[in-house]
Amino acid sequence: MGSARDNILGRLRANRPHAVPAPAVYTKPLGWDRERCIAEFMTRMHAVRGEVHRVARDDWTAWLSRELPPRGMLRGLIGRGAVAEQFAAAAADEFTLTRYDHAIDDWKDVLFRDIDFSVTGTLAGLAESGSLVLWPSQDEPRLMSLVPPLHIALLDAGRLFENFAALLAAEEWSARMPTNALLVSGPSKTADIEQTLAYGIHGPKALIVLILD
Amino acid sequence: MNQTQAFHRRIDAALHDDQLRRNFRSALTGIQAKRETQFPDDRQLQALREQARMVRANALVKQPELLEQLEARLTGNGIQVHWAETPQQANTIIGDILRAAGARSVVKGKSMVSEETELNHYLEQLGVEVIESDLGEFIIQLAQEPPSHIVAPAIHKNRREVAELFHRFYPDIPYTEDIDQLTQSARLILREKFAAADAGISGVNFAVAETGTLCLVENEGNGRLSTTAPRLHIAITGVEKVVEKLSDVPPLLEILTKSATGQPITTYFNMISRPRQPGELDGPEAVHLVLLDNGRSRIRVDEELLDTLRCIRCGTCINYCPVYVQLGGHAYGTVYPGPIGIALEPQRIGIDKVGTLTSACTMCGACGEVCPVKIPLPKLINRLRAEAVNEQRTTTPLLGRGSLRKPGEATIWKLWQQLYAHPRLYRLFTLAATRLRWLTPRKLGGWTRYRSAPRPAPRSLRELAIREGFGHG
Repeated sequence: MGSARDNILGRLRANRPHAVPAPAVYTKPLGWDRERCIAEFMTRMHAVRGEVHRVARDDWTAWLSRELPPRGMLRGLIGRGAVAEQFAAAAADEFTLTRYDHAIDDWKDVLFRDIDFSVTGTLAGLAESGSLVLWPSQDEPRLMSLVPPLHIALLDAGRLFENFAALLAAEEWSARMPTNALLVSGPSKTADIEQTLAYGIHGPKALIVLILD
Repeated sequence: MNQTQAFHRRIDAALHDDQLRRNFRSALTGIQAKRETQFPDDRQLQALREQARMVRANALVKQPELLEQLEARLTGNGIQVHWAETPQQANTIIGDILRAAGARSVVKGKSMVSEETELNHYLEQLGVEVIESDLGEFIIQLAQEPPSHIVAPAIHKNRREVAELFHRFYPDIPYTEDIDQLTQSARLILREKFAAADAGISGVNFAVAETGTLCLVENEGNGRLSTTAPRLHIAITGVEKVVEKLSDVPPLLEILTKSATGQPITTYFNMISRPRQPGELDGPEAVHLVLLDNGRSRIRVDEELLDTLRCIRCGTCINYCPVYVQLGGHAYGTVYPGPIGIALEPQRIGIDKVGTLTSACTMCGACGEVCPVKIPLPKLINRLRAEAVNEQRTTTPLLGRGSLRKPGEATIWKLWQQLYAHPRLYRLFTLAATRLRWLTPRKLGGWTRYRSAPRPAPRSLRELAIREGFGHG
């Protein structure tokens, strides 16, 4: 008896089915222009209780400073890089900001307990499914968009694609997959009790997308 | 008790549980309606099904090469790959990884393959604390029950039953039957577990060979937390889950989420290609993938039966099955219930063990019509029925082939065949059956359990037709 690996591969090789034609690359062109993409994205996000606002490119920090304190959202988590610097420079007075600038292992409790919201950028958006595309990085680590009860995501209005297939076709990912890539389509939800939708189970309870024009 | 008697006993229990049947009826009606809103255009649906079928069929033909490529890419990316032929091997591998890492507590994302290996039970015996973190899985873990549906594991419970479970295990939380409040309670209970767990265990929806990427589909965020917060992540999946290219993923993802839950997409689609890299601040330091065979490679012996392995575990065939809706998932007694269970489990486990499942089908064809990867489920179930009573008792191409053949039944069918092949014999038979109709037995096995025995008419149709002037005598 060989190794499990050899046995499994051996059985698979011994019974080779007839060749089938390889599938063509799936595309689903919709012919949507930029405004249509934005409108569809907003409709889909709203349908799953995602909040979406169109904000002028230089106004988003002011928008957050105005909107978050009344909601009791004061303890923010920022990463490193342009988004974090802009927010810290503009809004440090209104908020208690924590920087995600060292490894999580010795402050996991703080992240899970003492943060109200996080602010991150996004790689792109998908109009048809209402999805954010995230490539977490050293500057914006994976848990930022997951643990805080409110996630605020900045989306460049020029970075909306019709769907996932269109994005993969436009920006060849296969040779440069990051540690983790994500599609995020709304706040976390479940329907495990009586198939009834309930929001805010393990991930963020709320998601705010600011589309920057 | 043989497998058929045991199955009938479970069926009886399910059919007499009115609450259970109400829970299933209401849940499945809702899921069907949600799915149908996602496919307003049948032509688009059929094109997408064909694309998904081709992607999966292509992956199965190239499976050995793709598994090797997957292993090479994952290894290159820093993810360790393990192979297991049996559930015991898979459990041992996972237990050893946890022991070597000193991991005493595990949060689990949903994985049906781990149900195949009864992983939780094994790990608990090793003294490891295992917490199911998907809300449905968490509920049935409290109830100490297996999932009754592969996508919605607690579908058989209503809100009152969930409320009572929560109250029994967490008496400090005020009793409530409000679904939003129950959800918030689960959030609070499990957040502490996510923050403290040493390891996370998850399943895999698609494993991409081209890039060495593990894809997970979920709504709750527990899958992301299980695979991101602890320092160790172990994924377990069946060897058939591999696909060739990243570009194969969008059509599968679209048809999976629309079919399974009636959503255009789930909240999270999580693509994992590496453990934490130098300079990265979170994510597990080590990631392992366990590839489990558990009878799958045997299913390839036959081209027709190979279609079974195209399955992407969306559960749509289950949601549309008129038998499942009456019985629920537990009556099947196997890890996978419903039409896909009937097609898969006898092949995986053996007809001699669970072949009687094939009787739980009305051949209505609904499962085959909705399957997103076009598995011809009714055809497969019919084939397995025939194999179960095959004249030859063999272990290939199917374990337990011919094991359900009964000599009496076989003789009756042989007689029937002769009767219908020979007109004179047939006429003699109808003459006897009509004239001697009072001899019809009152008890006819399963048929007369709930119905009266049929009695032939006094005259055959042929005789009546001749009397009315039809036919040529």
